[in-house]
Amino acid sequence: MLQTLPERTMTERDREAVIRVRGLDVGFGERLVLNGLDLDVYRGEILGFVGPSGQGKSVLTRTILGLIPKRAGRIEVFGEDLDAMSIASRRAIERRWGVLFQQGALFSSLTVRQNVQVPMREHLKLSERLLDELAMLKIEMVGLKPDAADKLPSELSGGMIKRASLARALALDPEILFLDEPTSGLDPIGAGEFDDLIATLQRTLGLTVFMVTHDLDSLYTVCDRIAALGEGKIIAAGPIEDMLASDHPWVRAYFHGKRARAAAGQ
Amino acid sequence: MRQETAANEPRAEFDGSGGELRAELSGNWTVEHAERVEHEINELVAAAEGEGRALLDLSRIERLDTLGAWVLDRTRHDLGGRGIAVDFVGARPEHHILLNEVAYRGFQPRTEKRATTLVDVFADVGEAIVRAGRDFVQGISLLGEIVTALIRVLLVPSRFRLPSLTNQLEQIAFRGVPIIVLISFLVGCIVAQQGIFQLQRFGAQTFVVNLVGILILRELGVLLTSIMVAGRSGSAFTAEIGSMKMREEIDALRVMGLDPIEVLIVPRVLALVIGLPLLTFLSSIAALVGGGLVAWIYGDIPPDAFLARLKATIGLNTFLVGLIKAPFMALVIGVIASIEGIAVQGSAESLGRHVTSSVVKAIFMVIVLDGFFAVFFAAINY
Repeated sequence: MLQTLPERTMTERDREAVIRVRGLDVGFGERLVLNGLDLDVYRGEILGFVGPSGQGKSVLTRTILGLIPKRAGRIEVFGEDLDAMSIASRRAIERRWGVLFQQGALFSSLTVRQNVQVPMREHLKLSERLLDELAMLKIEMVGLKPDAADKLPSELSGGMIKRASLARALALDPEILFLDEPTSGLDPIGAGEFDDLIATLQRTLGLTVFMVTHDLDSLYTVCDRIAALGEGKIIAAGPIEDMLASDHPWVRAYFHGKRARAAAGQ
Repeated sequence: MRQETAANEPRAEFDGSGGELRAELSGNWTVEHAERVEHEINELVAAAEGEGRALLDLSRIERLDTLGAWVLDRTRHDLGGRGIAVDFVGARPEHHILLNEVAYRGFQPRTEKRATTLVDVFADVGEAIVRAGRDFVQGISLLGEIVTALIRVLLVPSRFRLPSLTNQLEQIAFRGVPIIVLISFLVGCIVAQQGIFQLQRFGAQTFVVNLVGILILRELGVLLTSIMVAGRSGSAFTAEIGSMKMREEIDALRVMGLDPIEVLIVPRVLALVIGLPLLTFLSSIAALVGGGLVAWIYGDIPPDAFLARLKATIGLNTFLVGLIKAPFMALVIGVIASIEGIAVQGSAESLGRHVTSSVVKAIFMVIVLDGFFAVFFAAINY
């Protein structure tokens, strides 16, 4: 069905930054994890976010989501400063993004279906029938079998937890999707399907996807742009060609390593 | 903002003529307007009744998401089932893809829960009885495992985890001292005050010393301490083991060739068995101090008279009865907390349930055991 898609052209969209981060400092105790970080995420793109382990990729995601306090800097989402907004408009923004946490973060005492329905029940007034149908739709869209719907998270495998968690993140048809290592722990076929799914959703719903990932296949196949984090800053940002051309030692090592060549060769 | 959303609200304008319903849909058919979407589509379905076919013009839909697409495609299916053919026209390419993506499929209806009947109540009771029996057997077997692990540890002292034991002793005994002493002190005060108040009528208020001494040393000290420890440490113990179970830490110990009972449970149970008599002693002393203080202030019995009478009426056996019971109480608390901790399943809810039942069962068993001890000591006249 993908061949019928209109080709995405970045120039058509006016490169509106849905997330704009400026001069962000985040630290714990003595250690400054993010130091004057600037980042733009444009509407409708899939941004792959890479960086060495322990360098603050998750910290940046969590700071944008408001889970970690920042020391300095400015974060704008949909053009609004997160610090300057009222609680009500903050809640409105939170409805417009969906988050897939690294460990899934499903509510352990609710079934998958109930997990998906939590945001819908909280924010929407829907008939029971539509609630059930939408939950099942999301569950099927992320590639879970219908009988997974009434299972508890403890009965699911790691890959199924990822999918169920994505279904919950998609429950309110968000405009921005934060994915924290979405394909880690999935088998290559499952990871490929996951990438296709995200690409399809992105094209049909106009999603903006912010994806922290180490999966080189994802970076090559679905990401429009890649940003690399190092020493608390963005050390390189741009499409994969820019990454390959970068002189930064870590970026070079990352994109010219054995695994990267294997991914590029496909 | 509000006007803007009102302008973008999903609308379906339709008119039916000649067996055909023509509908023009416009606005945002998205999740923000979910209620409106359902409303509009219900009206459309009602209007389509009796028509032969329906033509839905989607060209003026500004935004469509999975909710809107699902509702539209479901409507097509629903009406199709009633013999009304539905055609979508003018859908934008991206909307068309979305409609294909969410294409209608039947979902098996959720199996509804039956309302509780009398039979369910009986079934629950039966299940609870069976579970209680199973708990008992499990308790005995875990007790056996703990004892064998203890013997193993005693035979090979190098396997003994002294740091773990001292850490647990600190958590269970030392950090429990303030609250247990305070509560015992207050209960001692209350018992003495009530004793004096009631005994005054018979002019027998000096007997309050016997009352306070026997009651506290035999029963109250150990009971109060056990109940406090079950609440403080038994719950912590269940929660720790339970969350370790949830996160596969227990399995990790097992595959490393470590026995979780030896590593986790033995130090805790041992710390309880050592700590509880110590706490019982402190609790009894604190309660006696409280009783003595009230006797002095409220009952005009000076401390030296209180002590002299206490010495005359209370034998060593009374004091020992309380202390002898303490290690058994500790064992009951420890074993129940372990069983409940190990029984925790994957969810947070299950953890909460087992912590609750750990505390409730431990307190219940402590009191039952105390009853048995009372009968036993009465029988041997101790």
